[in-house]
Amino acid sequence: MVLLVRIAVRNLLASPINLLIGGLILLGTMIFVLLGGMLDSLNQAMQRSVVGSLAGHLQIYSAASKDELALFGQMGNFPDLPAINDFPKIQEALSKVENVKVVVPMGISAALITSGNIVDTTLEKLRNLYKARDGQVTDPKLAGLPTHELNQRIGSEIAHVRQIIKVLRGDVDKAMKDMISAKSVEPRNIEALKRVEQDDFWAGFEKDPYANLEFLENRIAPIVTDTSLVFLRYVGTDLDKFQKSFDRMRIVKGTPVPQGQRGFLIADLMHEDQMKLKTARRLDKIKDALANGRLIANDDELKRFIKENRHQTRELVLQLDGLKTATLVKTLEDELGSKETTIDALLSELLDTTDANFDQRYKQFYELVVPQVQLYRVKVGDMLTIKAFTKSGYIQNVNVKVYGTFAFTGLEKSPLAGATSLMDLMSFRELFGYLTSDKADELKEIQRDTGAKTVSRENAEAELFGEGADEVVAEATPGIIDPDAALAGTGRKLREEDLIRRVYTQQQLDEGVVLHAAVMLNDPRRLDETIARIEQVAKEQHLGIQVVSWQKASGLLGQIINVFRALLFVAVGIIFIAAMLIMYLSVLMATLQRTQMFGTMRAIGAQKGLILSMVLIESLVLGFIFGGLGMLAGAGVLAIIATKGIAAPNDVMYFFFSGPRLIPQLSTWPLVVALAIILVVTVGSTLLPALMAMRVSPLRAMQADE
Amino acid sequence: MSAIVTIRDVVKEYNLGATVVQALRGVSLTVDKGEFISIAGPSGSGKTTLLNLIGCVDTATRGVVEVAGKNTAHMSERELTNLRLNTIGFIFQSFNLVSVLSVFQNVEFPLLLQNKLSTKERKARVESLLEQVGLLTHLKHRPNELSGGQRQRVAIARALVTEPLIVLADEPTANLDSETGQAILDLMKSLNQKNGTTFIFSTHDHRVMRYANAVVRIADGKVMGRETPQDAVAHEMELGLDPKKGPEARAS
Repeated sequence: MVLLVRIAVRNLLASPINLLIGGLILLGTMIFVLLGGMLDSLNQAMQRSVVGSLAGHLQIYSAASKDELALFGQMGNFPDLPAINDFPKIQEALSKVENVKVVVPMGISAALITSGNIVDTTLEKLRNLYKARDGQVTDPKLAGLPTHELNQRIGSEIAHVRQIIKVLRGDVDKAMKDMISAKSVEPRNIEALKRVEQDDFWAGFEKDPYANLEFLENRIAPIVTDTSLVFLRYVGTDLDKFQKSFDRMRIVKGTPVPQGQRGFLIADLMHEDQMKLKTARRLDKIKDALANGRLIANDDELKRFIKENRHQTRELVLQLDGLKTATLVKTLEDELGSKETTIDALLSELLDTTDANFDQRYKQFYELVVPQVQLYRVKVGDMLTIKAFTKSGYIQNVNVKVYGTFAFTGLEKSPLAGATSLMDLMSFRELFGYLTSDKADELKEIQRDTGAKTVSRENAEAELFGEGADEVVAEATPGIIDPDAALAGTGRKLREEDLIRRVYTQQQLDEGVVLHAAVMLNDPRRLDETIARIEQVAKEQHLGIQVVSWQKASGLLGQIINVFRALLFVAVGIIFIAAMLIMYLSVLMATLQRTQMFGTMRAIGAQKGLILSMVLIESLVLGFIFGGLGMLAGAGVLAIIATKGIAAPNDVMYFFFSGPRLIPQLSTWPLVVALAIILVVTVGSTLLPALMAMRVSPLRAMQADE
Repeated sequence: MSAIVTIRDVVKEYNLGATVVQALRGVSLTVDKGEFISIAGPSGSGKTTLLNLIGCVDTATRGVVEVAGKNTAHMSERELTNLRLNTIGFIFQSFNLVSVLSVFQNVEFPLLLQNKLSTKERKARVESLLEQVGLLTHLKHRPNELSGGQRQRVAIARALVTEPLIVLADEPTANLDSETGQAILDLMKSLNQKNGTTFIFSTHDHRVMRYANAVVRIADGKVMGRETPQDAVAHEMELGLDPKKGPEARAS
């Protein structure tokens, strides 16, 4: 054996083409080990992101589901998952499966929420002020204010409305220039706008403020296109359990939802990106970019942000009432030393930022402008009205209080991890028309109040029209029903106030419908094994669920790594096929050139097998020496990269890197697979020539060398 | 003396496409242990074919070939290989050394195939033989660093290292100049006398024939007779072959 290796090494050194073959093997192995390790690290990072942000290690959902569970969406659609009705049973069964740490109930969905129209809210304020002046306090904050104070505020709000009207005039003029937009503006409303622009209208406003307010609400508010819809993806879950199980989750603003209570937590990135004042958001982004070494002077994106900030002051101006405008104009004039007198021009000047003045202007914006406006459209503490279509097709509303915002550590900037908000399980069930314990109570109460009785389907005909039909089921007398009285009923009260403070027991949370559930494992390495075990338990106990890994549950996202991996195999495959071809030709040539040597060896007593092994060992030595060097090179490059890590090139990559940097690590499988590939390449390319060599007759030794 | 090689009525045919060529036509021959015998004849006479049969690298079409008491006709390829390894040493016309191995490793090679001796024993055996052929100082040289005569001496050492009963040499001096050729023959002869190893070598060189104890003359695939070297040379001259053809002559 030693002799064979020695012969092999010496033969290899004799031919320079072996260096080329070796070089290809080295390159292929290096790339394979390097990229394999990086992909593995990427996969692990992504696993941390997916597992830690939403999916858990495994997800279970109804076996009856036609759609596959795709937590991050599948081409923009949400899976239509049938409900799991008996969650407690499933939870109990799964918690007994070895390696299962916890099962977190979930229901993923999306809804549109609307935030108020600025005219509506300003007019509402004005109406409350007039009512307070007339002695009807509707807003507790206004209680006890002296009349002159109220008058001053009324004046300020009227100035605010007039400012809004000026902005609207700009909007309408712009719209009229464009044929399509022009059609969307009602002529009646344009007439109305003309009327309210006149000083006469305002001079006579105090004569009948309520009628005038109504006119503004009916004719002016519809012109405002400011009402914006926010698309909100959320997961209804047991919030307490979620926060304990997904330990990367942390509250950014506000507080967690108190244990067992209803509430909503907005994903912080969503809150910043979609609900923050756009000007402020752009300033934040510029600040971040500058901190990362970018410069406004040579960065087109930052220049665009600044341009938008300078020209899109409308959003700010709309929010400013008379008093605030006056104050801000004065402050900005002083601060900027500007001769401009209008709020638009001053804001535009403030927001005309450069590399030199950015820090100061940023500070000035947050200190001077922000306190005068509403920074977020939805704030911590607000009630959020979420509308959704129930399973049976009607629209259901729930009001939930926003307790705070949250993020996952390391994934703060990832749009994928930061796109899903959290809702308590009770509100979720209600929103989807699944019977919650509250609803059941409410139904009972309504039944009792109205005297309605449950009529079974089988007896319906007899009950309603048969012998017992003389009993009146319900009777409606027009004009008698007092809607106010009906609304003041016990059910309504329960919904409005108590619901927010109501504390649910764990049993109440568990008992009810869920759509899917995350399963956390003690040892994630035994994932496949645990899947098999859960499948078995589900089958034995007829749980009616299917179980998928985090990778599958994450839909297309989870497949990305597989795509990368396939690409790697293709690239490395090409290199190795080239190596294999060249190796085949080279070994074939070498074999043909050495027939006399093989013949001589056979003549002096070498068995056929020895010749076969000799040729094979030659290629194996070549393969493994250069393959080994390739592995070392790959591992070395990985180690060098790992000292600093690879910085995420953009926010999206935060999710894949599970943080701002990916620290790649050497993994075992590329080494093992590389060894196997080298074995296949060398043996594959050498086997035929080796068999030829083996068949060389000892007679060949007797022939004189040509 | 006992016979080490017995050949009876051996026919060797080669199929060359549709035609069958008879290289040997009913050859019988006995070689005794310790002989230093030459097989002589012109090119194409069947010398090499006869040597191949004795060397077990080929088998007879008909007839009996017994080497060291074993009938080669019924032996498997593996058995023939083992017989070659343990019983026969080969010296080739063009030396046939493994170019990537050193002098020492070339000589050691058959011992490694045998796998009978320890490293130490192998070393002693190889060095003793290289000393006998006068190359102890060239242990680490590669074949391409040696002259033709030195290479053939390495080949002789390799042929003898397993202490074979028979050494076959096919035109051993054909690729050497006359002086070197003579030295090689002297060496072979002395090893034959010293160890009692049977040497069978083919040649058509008269000067080489003269070294032999006996010359088996072969022509047209038939053994013409066993003669003394002097008779054989005389015979060749009668047949009109050039007697002055020296050992440097190239085989045709």
